[in-house]
Amino acid sequence: MIRPLILLFWLLPLIAAAVEVREFDDTAKQERYERLIGELRCLVCQNQSLADSDADLAKDLRDEVYDIIQSGRSEEEAIRFLTDRYGDFVLYRPPLKSVTLLLWGGPLLILLSGIVFIWNQVKRRSSVARIDLTEEEQQRLERLKRNLEG
Amino acid sequence: MMAELGHLALIMALLVALLQAVFPLLGASQGVPVWMAVGRAAGKAQFLLLAISFTCLVASFVNHDFSVRYVAEHSNSALPLYYRISATWGAHEGSMLLWALIMGLWTFAVTWFSRGLSEEFLARVLGVMGLISVGILLFILLTSNPFERLMPSPVDGNDLNPLLQDFGMTIHPPMLYMGYVGLSVAFSFAIAALLGGSLDSAWARWSRPWTLVAWSFLTFGIVMGSWWAYYELGWGGWWFWDPVENASFMPWLVATALIHSLAATEKRGAFKAWTVLLAIFAFSLSLLGTFLVRSGVLTSVHAFASDPKRGLFILMLLAIVVGGSLLLYALRAPTIRDTARYTLLSKENLLLLNNVLLVTAAASILLGTLYPLVLDALKLGKISVGSPYFASVFGPLMTPVFLLAGIAPMFAWREADLGRLFWRIRWIALGSLTLGVATTALFWNLKDIKTLAGLSTAFWLAGSAAFSLWNRVRLRGSAWAGLRSQSLSVYGMTLAHLGIAVFLTGVVLSGGYSEEKVVRLTPGESVALADYAIVLKGVTEVQGPNYVAREGDFRVLRKGRETAELKPQKRIYQVQRNTMTEAAIDPGLTRDLYVALGEPLDQGAWTVRAYYKPFIRWIWLGGLLMMAGGACAAADRRYRIASVARETVISGDLAERGA
Repeated sequence: MIRPLILLFWLLPLIAAAVEVREFDDTAKQERYERLIGELRCLVCQNQSLADSDADLAKDLRDEVYDIIQSGRSEEEAIRFLTDRYGDFVLYRPPLKSVTLLLWGGPLLILLSGIVFIWNQVKRRSSVARIDLTEEEQQRLERLKRNLEG
Repeated sequence: MMAELGHLALIMALLVALLQAVFPLLGASQGVPVWMAVGRAAGKAQFLLLAISFTCLVASFVNHDFSVRYVAEHSNSALPLYYRISATWGAHEGSMLLWALIMGLWTFAVTWFSRGLSEEFLARVLGVMGLISVGILLFILLTSNPFERLMPSPVDGNDLNPLLQDFGMTIHPPMLYMGYVGLSVAFSFAIAALLGGSLDSAWARWSRPWTLVAWSFLTFGIVMGSWWAYYELGWGGWWFWDPVENASFMPWLVATALIHSLAATEKRGAFKAWTVLLAIFAFSLSLLGTFLVRSGVLTSVHAFASDPKRGLFILMLLAIVVGGSLLLYALRAPTIRDTARYTLLSKENLLLLNNVLLVTAAASILLGTLYPLVLDALKLGKISVGSPYFASVFGPLMTPVFLLAGIAPMFAWREADLGRLFWRIRWIALGSLTLGVATTALFWNLKDIKTLAGLSTAFWLAGSAAFSLWNRVRLRGSAWAGLRSQSLSVYGMTLAHLGIAVFLTGVVLSGGYSEEKVVRLTPGESVALADYAIVLKGVTEVQGPNYVAREGDFRVLRKGRETAELKPQKRIYQVQRNTMTEAAIDPGLTRDLYVALGEPLDQGAWTVRAYYKPFIRWIWLGGLLMMAGGACAAADRRYRIASVARETVISGDLAERGA
């Protein structure tokens, strides 16, 4: 069931109660299954992972993922199964491609330009001229400092 | 009648906001005191009118006036009084009116608490705030009027979305808006300072308490939202990296950066230009959040294109605010004289680094939120950006922030002696690492590097916060004198940094050691979770005011002894026929037990979802500590000294005249 799309200013991912009982041969498979369905998008919901959705399609896709993992095939195979049918839209972790280069590289670029900015600031700031004090002023400053610390 | 009165008050508020914008700004630039004085009166009048207007909308809800379209769409005669009141801000039109009301409230607060400001500066601040109000009020009146009538009026209303019929949802929006809109004060102070050419440390001192208060509200709002999502959405998560959440998180990150750079500007006169820019960005991101969520652009670019009226209006408003303020900044920035001198290893520079990291984090979220929209609009394909992306970007950026937060408060301004500093903190650093290793090995798993690193960092934050306070305290004769002599700002900072430690502990432990079980239970059967057993006794039918529910009766057993009763519900709300899962939680400081009913199966069996969530409360507890820290710092005496001094002068004058 697709819930009506609600748009609010504040947090409002849609409700869900996807509950199925799944049996696994071993816990490693279960962990892989749970991680996978948490990173795959339910295609008919507003913004929910397969794990969180109670839409029929999400249930079917969970079944598919479950079968693939339970039969011992790899996560890549499960992902390929879904992207072949639904495209990259189904992945919450976008694959690294030419169109997503800026997405994955962006944060690093921003950080680097920030560090360059800091570096320039430091160079400018540390070269701001010290105010030259006369001998007498220097002594007064020292005296004041001593008084402050004492 | 009520609706018309509210509508009229809203129109009058717009006119008054216009007065508040035009006269003080003109007066300040021409030097006409009478015009400047308009700001204060208009600000108060505007708030009064908005309060009337808002009360009228609340009254329409309370009185079941379904001839008002907004009430008909979001209320119902069976809706309890409490939720009829909170339904006022339950959807678009009403929440925008709440936005305007809170804008009025902040304006009122500025007129009230700013007696220490010069008339000219106050006039400019109120003028800028008036301009923002004009924009929002025009938006409401032209595109989202909550008082619109519906003819013929329906017999009953469509009810409030059941998700919002909840305490958390009642206070989350007002708190979040207090934060969002509060950032407009910092923004207005920055613009006023740019206009008047008075970017000095006095300006920073005036801005700081306002920014701190707004930040505290924003923190509280986000914490409330996260808590609500945890218990109401029924799958035990606390943050989803949903675009709607990101919209509130971006301004929070930038505001956090702003608080820190304001400190450097006030104390040392450093980063003036940068601080102004942050104030502009923080508020712009609040507006951007409004645009993202209100325009429908998040659902799909096409939904936005098919009904662009609201979206375009906010986009234009955003363009004017961002474009106008950046233009002003570009014109004035060359005249900003920044004479502060500092070196690579100084508190100034660490604060700048903190700023760069926080702003990079905010920019990355912005990138991740907008990227799919842009790709889609350019027809380059549809992608999704979700929690895996944000988590992998966020971890590396936040780790240095946490490490810095421990050490930066102990750095000296201007130039720090690194050797001496490291010597002083050697025990804290060693101690937190040892404690991290020891606790991880004792209670969890030493091979788990994430927990080890997270806990050590948390110990580091807590230890260094306490140590930095101790370093200040011990300068005095006795501990008591030392503690008393510290300003509230210092306590605020210590609390907030302790808050990060608590938050981090919660994130790491609940993330690493949660257990989830989805099982089929018939009455009498139980599910084991950590060292608890949860027994299903039975499922009964319960009648609520506007829903029917099936309620599970669960008992929590620990070592055979019953420790709690849990009653999760599966509700069907009668008007919208929505099914809602109400989870039941047995809360605790070290763990939550969380049970939700799934679907009924044959023979009275149910699927049941049960979680064991260690230390998850610490996430919100940490958030609350940060909020308390912000509030504490805002209450610092030195922000009030200016106004007190002025009052003494005035009363002194009066006394002389009286004599």
